[in-house]
Amino acid sequence: MAKKNFGITVDRKICKSCGICVAFCPVSVFTTDHDDKAVVTYPEKCTGCRQCELLCPDYCIDVEEIAHG
Amino acid sequence: MDATHKKYLRMNKLPHIWCPGCGDGTIMGSFIRAIDRLGYDKDDVAAVSGIGCSGRITGYLDFNTLHTTHGRALAFATGVKMAKPRLKVFVFMGDGDATAIGGNHLIHSCRRNIDITAIIFNNNIYGMTGGQYSPTTPRDKYATTAPYGTTDPHFDIAKLCIGAGASYVARGTSYHAKMLTDLIVAGAEHKGFSVIEIITHCPVNFGRRNELETPVDMLLWQKDHAVRMAKAEKMTADELADRFIIGELHKADIPEYVEEYDRLIERVQRGDTGRG
Repeated sequence: MAKKNFGITVDRKICKSCGICVAFCPVSVFTTDHDDKAVVTYPEKCTGCRQCELLCPDYCIDVEEIAHG
Repeated sequence: MDATHKKYLRMNKLPHIWCPGCGDGTIMGSFIRAIDRLGYDKDDVAAVSGIGCSGRITGYLDFNTLHTTHGRALAFATGVKMAKPRLKVFVFMGDGDATAIGGNHLIHSCRRNIDITAIIFNNNIYGMTGGQYSPTTPRDKYATTAPYGTTDPHFDIAKLCIGAGASYVARGTSYHAKMLTDLIVAGAEHKGFSVIEIITHCPVNFGRRNELETPVDMLLWQKDHAVRMAKAEKMTADELADRFIIGELHKADIPEYVEEYDRLIERVQRGDTGRG
């Protein structure tokens, strides 16, 4: 079975740089930028567990499965 | 932000004012997912809150909302439920709101077993007013009003509510977000007074003074110290000493207040005063 792919977006305007998604992503998809805001650096590693979506206090992360064409 | 959040939030009030990494935002997310799963119409839900950081939630949630005075959220909610029993009433309180100034309202709502779901954000501190210790600040922890550590033992909110007669009592955390949604769903579906105590984190006013500097440190503390019911049953008292149990702690099937009150009205209108 082909690996599922996920598209992750972070709304930079809402992100408050708390670092929760960066710390709790089990596969380290996120890094931080110069303002300590979350950046999606390794989206290919995402397993779709949605821990980041569940824990983000500001709801600025969206994880969506990308349909295979 | 996904469609579920957008559906239940007043988008013109966002972003919320809670501090970076605050547990209140995570709890509001879990609550929104619970309401979505329950399938309640927005007009059939009443959300009532008191004063404190948690009180802000009724500004953001797009239901029938009521932001009331300090400690009195349950008193207002009792009025709402008595007047319109069809509404699903949820009350949001902080630990100070629920157990200090509103302590009496809490125990008597438990005793009455009125069909309301009380969601208590326990962050062990008065966050909004600057970090004074609350009735749930553990002994020997630091606060602005306890610069050398607190001397009083803390309230165990879940035990207090079980003792006062609440018919559903559960404890969750802001870290275990999926479990929290399950607990809120179960509490809402339960007929009677449901209490969901949520161990949450205030990195700014509690963590910073107690060697848990960041939201991440505080969530890791929750992860390490929370024990699920099934596991706790196999642990000794010593092993459980500095931990807390999460999950459904108490459930009882006892008469509900609004139904009992309606029954009384119906009986007296029939001419039966109960005096034979």
